[in-house]
Amino acid sequence: MDIVIIGLLLGGTYALIAMGLNLQYGVARIMNLANGEMLVAGGFTAFWFYTAGNISPLLTIFIVAPVAFAANWLIYRIMLEPLVRRAKSRGQLEVDSILATFGMSFIAVGLMLAFFGGDYFNYSFLAVPVTIMGDTYAQNRVVAFLAAVVICAILYAWITYSRTGLSLRAIAVSPESARLAGINVRQRAAIAFALGGAITAVGGALISSFLTLDASAGVAFTLKALIIVIMGGVGDVRGTIIAALLLGVVETLVASLIDPGLTLAAAYTLFILVLLFRPQGLFGRKPT
Amino acid sequence: MMMKRRTALTLGAAAAASLAAPRLALAQSDVVKIGAVAPKTGPLAGGATVTQWPNVALWANQVNAKGGLMVDGGQKMVEVIEYDDQTNPGETIKAVQRLATQDNADFIIAPYGTGFNIAAAPLFDRYKYPQLAVSAITDQIEDLSSKFNGMFFLLGSTTAFVSGVVDVLKGMQNAGTLTGNKIAMVNVADAFGIELAAAARPLFEAAGFDIVYDTSYPLGTQDLSPVMKAAKAAQPNAFVAWSYPPDTFGLTEQAIIEDLQVEAYYTAVATCFPAFGNRFGAAANGILGAGGSNPDDEKFKAYAAAHMDVTGSAPDGWASATTYASLQILEQSIAAVGLDREGVTEHVKATTFDTVLGDMSFNANNFNERFWTVGQWQDGVYQGVGETGREGAKAVQLKQGWA
Amino acid sequence: MIAGKELQGVIVATILLLIAGALPYYGSDYLLSLGITIAMFTVLATSWALFSGPTHYISLATAAFFGLGTYTAGLGIETLPFWVLIGLAGVLGAGLAALVGLATLRLSGVYFVIFTLGLAELVRQVITWGQNMTGQKGLYVLTDFTEANLYQMLVALGAAVFLVGWLINRSRLGFALRIIGDDETVAAHSGINTALAKVLLFMVSGAVAAMTGAILAPRYVYIEPALAFTPLLSFQVVIMALLGGVHRLWGPIVGVIPFTIILETISANFPNQVTLFIGIVFLVIVYFIPRGFAGLIEQMRDWSRSREGLT
Repeated sequence: MDIVIIGLLLGGTYALIAMGLNLQYGVARIMNLANGEMLVAGGFTAFWFYTAGNISPLLTIFIVAPVAFAANWLIYRIMLEPLVRRAKSRGQLEVDSILATFGMSFIAVGLMLAFFGGDYFNYSFLAVPVTIMGDTYAQNRVVAFLAAVVICAILYAWITYSRTGLSLRAIAVSPESARLAGINVRQRAAIAFALGGAITAVGGALISSFLTLDASAGVAFTLKALIIVIMGGVGDVRGTIIAALLLGVVETLVASLIDPGLTLAAAYTLFILVLLFRPQGLFGRKPT
Repeated sequence: MMMKRRTALTLGAAAAASLAAPRLALAQSDVVKIGAVAPKTGPLAGGATVTQWPNVALWANQVNAKGGLMVDGGQKMVEVIEYDDQTNPGETIKAVQRLATQDNADFIIAPYGTGFNIAAAPLFDRYKYPQLAVSAITDQIEDLSSKFNGMFFLLGSTTAFVSGVVDVLKGMQNAGTLTGNKIAMVNVADAFGIELAAAARPLFEAAGFDIVYDTSYPLGTQDLSPVMKAAKAAQPNAFVAWSYPPDTFGLTEQAIIEDLQVEAYYTAVATCFPAFGNRFGAAANGILGAGGSNPDDEKFKAYAAAHMDVTGSAPDGWASATTYASLQILEQSIAAVGLDREGVTEHVKATTFDTVLGDMSFNANNFNERFWTVGQWQDGVYQGVGETGREGAKAVQLKQGWA
Repeated sequence: MIAGKELQGVIVATILLLIAGALPYYGSDYLLSLGITIAMFTVLATSWALFSGPTHYISLATAAFFGLGTYTAGLGIETLPFWVLIGLAGVLGAGLAALVGLATLRLSGVYFVIFTLGLAELVRQVITWGQNMTGQKGLYVLTDFTEANLYQMLVALGAAVFLVGWLINRSRLGFALRIIGDDETVAAHSGINTALAKVLLFMVSGAVAAMTGAILAPRYVYIEPALAFTPLLSFQVVIMALLGGVHRLWGPIVGVIPFTIILETISANFPNQVTLFIGIVFLVIVYFIPRGFAGLIEQMRDWSRSREGLT
């Protein structure tokens, strides 16, 4: 039982990481390989506020979110829209955006190195045990998990019920029809991209409370996020959450019952199996 | 199309020629060029930023503040040429090649990391550079030094490191502070951790210890709580982790959360980092770690103060000082025999040097046999507790809870 | 039946090859070390483009094949002659590519991209775990090969890749691939076994990457999974190939050479900002040279031709 809970806690963090990417890829059609760097930047900010002013990461996220939203909106408007405009097909945009964001990830790492140096950074926040059903867990993880749940719930409700959310979903399904239905696709895509970036940065701020990060740590998170988004089905919030939790539980099961040395191998095996038997992802629609 | 190809070729040749030009117009011989290759990015960048780069900066700064290196009776300023190998051995090789043939570096500081030192060794050897390898722990010292005449090993061997830990635990057992013989051992699944764990299994058994939990986890594992839970369930008397920086932090945090009750707790690389002490505060007390130093030694105190002064950060409690010592050896050798690289190699082999760690000399296998193996956080200071011939080791303390 | 223009091309290619192959005799050690990097990426990028150019499938599995080859060389260096190991690496690479190819036929677009990336990571993790189980550390590949030997092996392999690419372009397979690239449905309807064609090409590029890995093993001397399977390699190959242009056989090489030189200049002059500058160069390529240098060159040629026509 405690294995499942650890797995769920881990999955909650994964959900945070992947949620942002899913919005960016699912709606804005940008396969953002600089996603992990956004996460590390969020973590850096939380670290800085905590060590300089002893401000809790739970408060920092309210600063991180709007700043990251604005930054990502600008990135989309200035850097990515030209690519969207010139792309003749979805495939072309995919290739272009992979290359462009890969370049951006280098720039982001370079900037963070220049400003913060290459040192590891971490701090002690709520690193105390908390007991759930007779077993102990790290309080910072539980808090991050709860925050993830809240963020996911708000996002899910917003996407399902609000007008903007509805239009985002419409774009995710078919940008062409969305345009015909009078939705300003470009503007909405920018919003989705910015929102995705904000969520990722918030995730980074929360994660930094219990993981050790450094300037070049982002790529590992990008990979995990990619796996989860593809497994869960592109453009589907529900799928991402379930895939993230599934991945967390499977990794923990393998680590506890078989061998911790095989956790990553298990993650990739699971991912490859899902791709082979449900290439559209757990909840994805069949590509047309 | 042919035309275009030829144009491209000419352009390429022109670019290559401009590359071949010396990087600085003032390539005069009144400076000594020192090459440095280590990661500034990639997985090992975090470690190199604490241990390697600040010492290069500190040493160059001090030497130039003194008016330069003593060379053949005169003084020459030091110019450091840095390359980022991006934690990629291919880049290390390219950078060393470039330093040797393009930048005409007089000496090259050994790279950071075991694999990187070994990958660069054939090139150091070809151009006859002495290679004072610090961050390289291996049991292949005899093989390597016989193949590469100028390769020296300052930090220790795998077996010596493990033996240091075994001795410390054995000592605690004899003193009655370690009340059982059960050990939980984990390692990071990376060449470094694998090699140490493989060396540790027979040594622990020979010393009468029982390894009740033995597992590995991949480098970059984000959730170490299953590892710690399982280790705790095995009810060990001592916990030993052959770990790397991120997991050294991660395991310790989980140990606190799980309230792991052991009488000795050991994590390897980065336990000696100042960030470790800052991070865990009082909970760090009693934690054993890889390598050590004697922070009460006057030389070390002066070094640590200068390190703080010049680089703005404190040195770690282990390889930082050794890295600095390797540069002192280079400096003293140049003062003795000048810029003749083979001469320096022979001088290093034959001489006893006065370094921040005390006297240092090399045996027939280019191996510095006197080094720190184990350290421990005691009252907020990282103290050396295990050594092979260094002075100032403190008594080992019992790990008493995490408060 | 070689047409005059093609003959011309073959002669030029042969001369260039000889000039390249003779580098150790006239270039400095430093140029040679740069040459190895260029030769390595030329081989990898060209073989990558053989598959990805016509099919539009972006494979990020290069590191998996490369590492497989490196490990083949590392494990066998004590027992087998080196040339056998290179061949063996090629066979293993082709085998792995066949498996992956057959498994991923249903995937397209970004799914294939991520699948191949996951594959490289999976292979790396399994090898790491295997090493841990056997208590084995990194492998030492101590040989007497000089940089010049390795360089010439790479150039020879590169020549073979160009030859294979040229033959494929002339064959029915090449025709089939061009149709797949344009429209896979049309290709399938017109009786082309698209699956087989794709798998075959993927096997070629897998085998070549594995052989490259095997050839370079002696240069690395000490092999660890993290080094042999570095995911960055896959990305670099893709970028260089795209920078050059993948719709021509000679495209990747005009990407590899400037990219390597630019990278080298950056790392020599801005050691603290390498990552930053690589990123900037990257963006410049994506935004301003989207069709690669090959596209640029052809554009210029078309332009100069049309101007000639006007005058």
